[in-house]
Amino acid sequence: MVQTVNVKKGLNIKLQGLAEKVLSKCSTPESYAVKPTDFYGITPKMLVDEGGSVKAGAPLFCDKNRPEIVFVSPVAGTLTAINRGERRKILEVVVTPAEENDAIRHVVPDLTSASREELVKFMLQSGVWPFFKQRPYNIVANPKATPKAIFISGFDSAPIAADADFLVNGEAANFQKGLDVLKKLTSGKVHLGLCADYPANNAFERAKGVEITRYKGPHPAGNVGVHIHKLDPVNKGEIVWTMNPQHVVILGRLFETGIYDPSKVVALVGAEVKKPRYYRMIAGAKLSGLSEFTYTGKNPRVISGNVLTGTKVGIDGYLGFYDNEVAVITEGNHHEMLGWAMPRFNKFSMSHTYFSWLFPDKRYNLDTNLNGGRRAFVLSGEYGKVLPMDILPVYLLKAILANDIDKMEQLGIYEVVEEDLALCEFVCTSKIDVQEILRTGINAMIAEMG
Amino acid sequence: MKALRSFIDGIKPKFEKGGKYHFLHSTFDAFETFLYVPDTVTTKGAHVRDAIDLKRTMSVVVMALVPALLFGMWNVGFQHFLSIGTQVSFWEVFWFGFFKVLPIVVVSYVVGLGIEFVAAQIRGHEVNEGFLVTGMLIPLVMPADVPLWMVTLATAFAVIIGKEVFGGTGMNVFNPALLARAFVFFAYPSYISGDKIWIAGLNKGEGIVDGFSGATPLAKAAAGERFSSMQVWDMFAGFIPGSIGETSTIAILLGAALLIITGVGSWRIMVSVVAGGLCTGLLFNAVGANAYMQLPAYCHLIMGGFAFGAVFMATDPVSAAQTNTAKWIYGFLIGVLAVIIRVVGGFPEGMMLAILFMNAFAPLIDYCVVQSHISRRLKRAAAAQKAA
Repeated sequence: MVQTVNVKKGLNIKLQGLAEKVLSKCSTPESYAVKPTDFYGITPKMLVDEGGSVKAGAPLFCDKNRPEIVFVSPVAGTLTAINRGERRKILEVVVTPAEENDAIRHVVPDLTSASREELVKFMLQSGVWPFFKQRPYNIVANPKATPKAIFISGFDSAPIAADADFLVNGEAANFQKGLDVLKKLTSGKVHLGLCADYPANNAFERAKGVEITRYKGPHPAGNVGVHIHKLDPVNKGEIVWTMNPQHVVILGRLFETGIYDPSKVVALVGAEVKKPRYYRMIAGAKLSGLSEFTYTGKNPRVISGNVLTGTKVGIDGYLGFYDNEVAVITEGNHHEMLGWAMPRFNKFSMSHTYFSWLFPDKRYNLDTNLNGGRRAFVLSGEYGKVLPMDILPVYLLKAILANDIDKMEQLGIYEVVEEDLALCEFVCTSKIDVQEILRTGINAMIAEMG
Repeated sequence: MKALRSFIDGIKPKFEKGGKYHFLHSTFDAFETFLYVPDTVTTKGAHVRDAIDLKRTMSVVVMALVPALLFGMWNVGFQHFLSIGTQVSFWEVFWFGFFKVLPIVVVSYVVGLGIEFVAAQIRGHEVNEGFLVTGMLIPLVMPADVPLWMVTLATAFAVIIGKEVFGGTGMNVFNPALLARAFVFFAYPSYISGDKIWIAGLNKGEGIVDGFSGATPLAKAAAGERFSSMQVWDMFAGFIPGSIGETSTIAILLGAALLIITGVGSWRIMVSVVAGGLCTGLLFNAVGANAYMQLPAYCHLIMGGFAFGAVFMATDPVSAAQTNTAKWIYGFLIGVLAVIIRVVGGFPEGMMLAILFMNAFAPLIDYCVVQSHISRRLKRAAAAQKAA
C-alpha cells in the first residue's frame, strides 16, 4: 500500500518557458568545469596542476580535511585553467576536452558479496561520492557515517523545473542498479517520493527495494526536505542522505560499466528561451553551446538550477554539479513608474494585493527585479503559508541573526536547507535574503558542532 | 515620463556617495522609490520575487481606511448640523466635515513623515513606509474638534518615542497611532473627556439646540441608558458622535473585507477580538449587576472604537503577536479587556488601553507559543531516540 501524504502549504509559481518533452542535440561544449563552490562543507585541494592531462574519472581535487573525497574530471582532456576568486578561493577547475574521451575503467566490486566498506571505498575512488548529500546541512556526505535513511525525490515541483520522469526515461536498469547500491549503505530504508497527481515513469514506478510515498500538493511538495520531514525527520545527532534521481542513474551506470559517465539530461527553460527543451549534456559543460537557443540582446539571466535556488552563471558559465536544468529569464534592472501603486496584471503575487490569484492558470514572465526595497521583518505569517513543516521560520532566522546556536538547534535548523526556505524568500514583503541567512546559520552550526 | 526619469538619473549622482548632497540621500531615495520601483535585481537565492512590497501592503491598508475616512468626514458635518439643528444638503454636510478633517490629516502626515525622513537620514536607512498607515490612523482616532497643535505633539510623540527610539518600523513595541491617541488622552484629560469634544463646534456652545448633549453611546451606556433598536442601527451605521473614523461599523467592515481578501490584515486577530468582546459581554449579561452589565453583548462591538480597533489597530503586524496561535490569544484578550475596562474599569472607552496593554504582552505570548513548539520538537527527538 503506497502512502499518500498531503502537503497543504506551499505555492506553485507558474512561469513561462516550461520545457517541451523533446530531447534535442546541442553542440559539443568547448570546455567543462568542476566548481568547488557547488559543494558545501569542503575545502578544495588541487591534485592536478594547470596544463596536466586527465582521463575521464581522474581526480582533479580533493577535500583538504577528508582527502578520501575526490572530485573527478567529467571528460578526458587537459586542465587548462584554475579560476580563482577573492583570497585565491578556487571557483572553477576548467578541463578542455581531448579528441578522444579516454575514461578510467574501474574494477567493480560485486554487489552481493562486497562489504559496505568496500562499496564506500570504490565510490570514493570513482568520484561518485559527492552525489551523496547529507542532512543536516546539505553538505557532501561523511563516508564514515551511516545514515538512518536515504531519500530520493522522483519529482521536482519548483517553477518550470525539469520533469524528473523525462530525465530518467529509458534508464530504468541503471536506476535500479543505483538503488541496489544505496540499499547497502543505510541502516534504514531507501525512500522514493513521487507525485500523487500522475503515474510516474516506469523507472520510478517499478523500482524495487524502495519505499514509495506519494505527495499531493503545491511546491515544495517535491523537495526531498519535505519528504524527510513528513516521514522520518532529522533529529539532533541523526543523519539522512539524499541523492537526486539522475545521480542514482549515473551511480548505477558506474556499477554496470565500471566507467564514470556523468552524462545527463538537462532542461533548458525560461521565458528567454526560444524553444524550451531537453538536451543531453555532461555535468560541468560550458553553457555557451546553448546560446543559439536563447533570445539575445534582451539581457537575459542564465541560471544553473531552478529559478528559486539556482546559481547565476552567465552564458559563459558552466552547468552546476547537482543541476538538472538551466533557466534563462529576463533581467529586471529597469525602473517602473509608480509600479507599487499600479494594478500590474502581469505580476505574480501570493498575496491578494495583486490580481494574479484570480487567474490561477496564467503563466508569468517574472524578471529578476527585487520588486521593492529591503526592510526589517514587518509582516507576520507569510512564511508559514509556504512552508509545509512544523518549523517557525521567522524565529529560526532571528536566532541565526542573533547567532544563538542553542535556539537554532531547538527551532529545527537540522531539518532545513536553502531550497526548503526558498519560497519564504520569494514571498517575503521585506525582501529578506532568507537563503543566505540560513546558510550563515548552517555554517555557524558546522563550525560549532564540527 | 522619459524626461522625468532622465531628470532623476541626472541629479542622482549628487546624492550618491561623494556627491554634494549625499547627506540627503535617504530623502532622495524615498522620493525616487516612490515614483519608480527601483531597478535593484536579485543576486542569488530566489532569482524571481513576489511582486508585493511594503509600499503595496501599506497602500492597501490606506485604501481600506478610505470608507471610514469618507464616512467620518460626512459624520463630522452631520453631527455638527444636528447639534445646531440646521438642515443642509448632503454636500454641505460633507464639505463641512471635509474641511474640518483635512487639516488634521495634513498635520499628521507632515509632522510624522518629517520626523521619519530626518530619522532615516540620521541612520542612513531608506525611509520606511509604516507611517503611510499611521499618518492616516492618527486623524481617524482623534475627535473632530482636536486642536492642530495637539495633533502635532501627539504625532511627534508617537513617531519619536513610539517608534524611532526602538529602531523604526518593524521594531516598535506599541502601535504608534494608538500611542498618539493615548498621549492626547493622558496629557490633556480635561480636554479630551466629557461630551463636548466629539462634535465640531460644540465646545463653543453657540446655537446648540435644546436637549442636545453630544454624549457618545459609550457615555450613555455608562449612564445606564438602554438603546432602542433605532439607536442600535445608528451605532452600526455610524450616525453617532465619536472619533472621526471609528463611528461607522459598516465603513469599517468594508475596510476589514479588503484587508482580509488581500491577506494584509490578520483575520485571526479580527475574529478573536470580536469573540473576546462578545464572550465578556455575555458573561456580564449573566452577572447583570447593573444596567451597563445588562447591555446586550453585541452593542459593545458597534460602540466606540471597538470595531475600528479590532480591524485596524489590533492587526498592526509589528505590535501584534507573530505566531498564529498567539494571534488567537492576543486578539481574544483584547476583546475581553476592552469590555471589562468599559464596564467596570472606570474609563469610558477600553479599546485603546486594551490594545496597548496586549501590545506589551504580545511578545510574552509569542514566547510561550515558541517554547511549546520547542518542547514539542524535543519530545519528538526523545521519542526517536527511544525507538532507536
